[in-house]
Amino acid sequence: MTAPTTSRVQASDVLIIGGGIMGCSTALFLRQRGVSVTLLETDLVGRQASGTNFGNVRRQGRPLYQLPLANRAIDIWRRMDALLDEDVEYRQRGHIRVCYRDRPEMAERMETYAAEARPAGLDLELISGNALRDRFPFLGPEVLAGSYSAQDGHANPRLVAPAFARAARRAGAAIQENTRVTHAAKVGEDFEVESQDGRVFRAPILLVTAGAWGNQLSAQFGEPVPVTARGPTMSVTEPVPYAIPPSVGVMTPDEVETVYFRQVERGNLVIGGSTRGPAHPELYRSYVMPRNTLSQLRQIQRLAPALRRLNIIRVWTGIEGYLPDSLPVMGPSGRVSGLHYAFGFSGSGFQIGPGVGDVMAELIATGATTTPIDAYTINRFQGDD
Amino acid sequence: MTGRFVRLAETGRAELTIHVDGAPIRALAGDTLMVALLTAGTHLRASEFGDGRRAGFCLMGACQDCWVWTEDGERLRACSTQPVDGMRISTRQPEATWPNLA
Amino acid sequence: MAQPRVIVVGAGPAGTRCAETLVAAGLRPVVIDEGRRDGGQIYRRQPEGFTRPYRALYGTEAGRAAAVHETFDRLKEKIDYRPETLVWNIAGDEVHTVSGTTARSLAFDALILCTGATDRLMPVKGWHLAGAYSLGGAQVALKSQACSIGHRVVFLGSGPLLYLVASQYLKAGATVAAVLDTSPFSLRVGALPKLAAQPGVLWNGLMLALALKRAGVAVHTGVTPLEIEGTPEDGVTGVVFQDIRGRRHQVACDAAALGYHLRPETQLADLARCGFAFDERTRQWLPIRDEDGRSSVPGVYLAGDGAHILGARAAEDAGRLAALAALKDTGLPVDAGELARLRQGMAGYARFAQGLAEAFPWPAEQAARLPDDAIVCRCEAISAGELRRVVRDMDAREANRAKAFSRVGMGRCQGRYCGHAGAEVIAAAAGVPVREVGRLRGQAPVKPLPAAIEEETP
Repeated sequence: MTAPTTSRVQASDVLIIGGGIMGCSTALFLRQRGVSVTLLETDLVGRQASGTNFGNVRRQGRPLYQLPLANRAIDIWRRMDALLDEDVEYRQRGHIRVCYRDRPEMAERMETYAAEARPAGLDLELISGNALRDRFPFLGPEVLAGSYSAQDGHANPRLVAPAFARAARRAGAAIQENTRVTHAAKVGEDFEVESQDGRVFRAPILLVTAGAWGNQLSAQFGEPVPVTARGPTMSVTEPVPYAIPPSVGVMTPDEVETVYFRQVERGNLVIGGSTRGPAHPELYRSYVMPRNTLSQLRQIQRLAPALRRLNIIRVWTGIEGYLPDSLPVMGPSGRVSGLHYAFGFSGSGFQIGPGVGDVMAELIATGATTTPIDAYTINRFQGDD
Repeated sequence: MTGRFVRLAETGRAELTIHVDGAPIRALAGDTLMVALLTAGTHLRASEFGDGRRAGFCLMGACQDCWVWTEDGERLRACSTQPVDGMRISTRQPEATWPNLA
Repeated sequence: MAQPRVIVVGAGPAGTRCAETLVAAGLRPVVIDEGRRDGGQIYRRQPEGFTRPYRALYGTEAGRAAAVHETFDRLKEKIDYRPETLVWNIAGDEVHTVSGTTARSLAFDALILCTGATDRLMPVKGWHLAGAYSLGGAQVALKSQACSIGHRVVFLGSGPLLYLVASQYLKAGATVAAVLDTSPFSLRVGALPKLAAQPGVLWNGLMLALALKRAGVAVHTGVTPLEIEGTPEDGVTGVVFQDIRGRRHQVACDAAALGYHLRPETQLADLARCGFAFDERTRQWLPIRDEDGRSSVPGVYLAGDGAHILGARAAEDAGRLAALAALKDTGLPVDAGELARLRQGMAGYARFAQGLAEAFPWPAEQAARLPDDAIVCRCEAISAGELRRVVRDMDAREANRAKAFSRVGMGRCQGRYCGHAGAEVIAAAAGVPVREVGRLRGQAPVKPLPAAIEEETP
């Protein structure tokens, strides 16, 4: 390999690989701290996990130790319009999580969780019986009890990551779309990253926010992690009059029963969950499995029987990166100084996304973060094959 | 104008009655629901987005503009549905109170 | 040896001849069709109890229509015919169908898609009003239901179907207020050498235009559509256009039939993961296929106007060819002479179709001129101005990206009627060739799917 000529090399303080919500929000927050940033995205920003997820801006149900991160994110969500200078359809309309009569132990777990979450700043209201039916009359007869989080909500995932990218660009970040990374290495004090079209990018700090593709990069630095790519099963109904403000989901240990829905103000109901499909990161494609759609529709009718009347007008999926413990890899590399990771959010990264960006920017700019992220260290996979 | 569509032939068929928004209309055996509704009236539904009334577009099941409802809330694509005597059709989306239907 | 499982989707001219060829080879194909009766759209059969003769319904094509119908009637006992059934998704070697609310899946060794075409539409301000219909829809109203779409009908668009439907309306006793063709007559003269590949069809077309003029119908060529006038409550009241000399006209009417030739229904080919290529002549993405109809996916075949618009006559032969290709690929014997004869015939159809595309071009330039307040996406009621805004302010220069930001193409029709025009609006606003805008990816379900769908319990 010949040494790249200076004209082909683009240098910045920080290089980010992966233009999802994590990468794009980090880019913006780094610029706000005066750090120069180049972000490389294989396709267009926000097209896979960040753009195809359900759009839940949900704190309840997250591990207790993740609530500080989720709370940091919710503060950003609440000022998102001003931050990004556009409406990403974030609506704090609540989130209700319910359990079924045949799993009463879930109601006990809801109570325990609510008691433990309150000191962490998450107020949950437990509702059952007539009160539940009065407030949420669409719930099916199998529903036993619910846990309502008034300060959760939902947003439009198609808009969020691209809006972060545009805001970052306005703030001075270089957002390079259609830039497929073929090689990344540390050369001396700098990271050198090559794209398929022969450009070279150089920076003393590298952040990998490449979702399901994260392992392809971490492995190049001797830190392979067992990321599995899967595709969410998503459906949307025809528009019907707007009547259901909160996101609604099922709490159950059975993945097939785990469905959720929300209504957008234009009237469509977005439905997710039940099962995930295969995804092919190497082809940049994922496909909705028809049987997964059927399973999802069967389950959603248990949660809200009135939905059975509606028509599904579109289904979609994307490519999400899952880790075996369903936790992301987030924080500094265990082996290479200057290298950072934030990927593999395992289907639950949307709400915390802006918080992740804020934390990673803080970590990179100051060397430390006030929000605990030790649980997500890549070192937990050391020794794994 | 009583109807949007104009019958040009085949008018000797048996008659049947269906109800649209509570009022009876006459249809002919072999009509599509769309033809039954639009020979008696001028539209099928309102656009959800405030741009006015809709009366179908493609008549071949592709555009999805002609969905109407039974009074029970069932959805019918008018261009590919056969009316049945006594059928009760609504041109107004029933879900204004739909979360209460659980 | 077990017989190959062959599924044919569509029971129009292509699907019928395809099934006939498979049956002749000793197979019992599954034929899945959305229609209540066979015939497809072009040879759509009127309901039982209607009495108009073939000549009144299909004009010069009466003999062909009758032959296709008779063939299908004979085949019914020899095929697994599933009418009123939608293939809503495809995964691996299975098609997933829905009939009512019953879901089924069917495995195939060969899948032959004969999915037909729908009208190709260019929006005009006011095309969302009640009383604006697709040209094909106007024809269905007459052919299948003996109705006119209005009391005074304007036919606006381009292509041979414009004159055919207008003259059918005239003959049936409807009031044709005007025929407004965006293509200038001069292009037809230029395309004559190619159109001469099917002299009979060319002659029929000329006779139709002549008959309309003789009957006193105002026929304008080279027009620029300006607006379909009307009100949100009462619908269409008139059509405003500019003639070839730049003069503005208004025609009073209560219905407008709109169409710019046809576009193939390619959603299933897309869901079957077939490759697509951009066709410069017609400015659209078409599924890749070889001369016999093999797609880029082994075991998936494409025939008729669902793959490439060549017309109903060509569709019959394309259906036969695709069946022969499937038979050959599954190791069954085929008649080499028939194969050669069919291939040769297809070349003539292709030449004629090129002539039509030159004589009646897709009016791409209209997209750039659409006023900002004209609706582009009828389903979601999204205007040209909104689509341009996401191109300009949100850098959405790719079709799916612009859809994600603007919702154009995100509605119930899955972009069937706004997709091509939307791409032209994006291309003009971004200042890029329309090819670079790409195409809307197909997403299941092909048509709305009832949430109450249940898998059939065996």
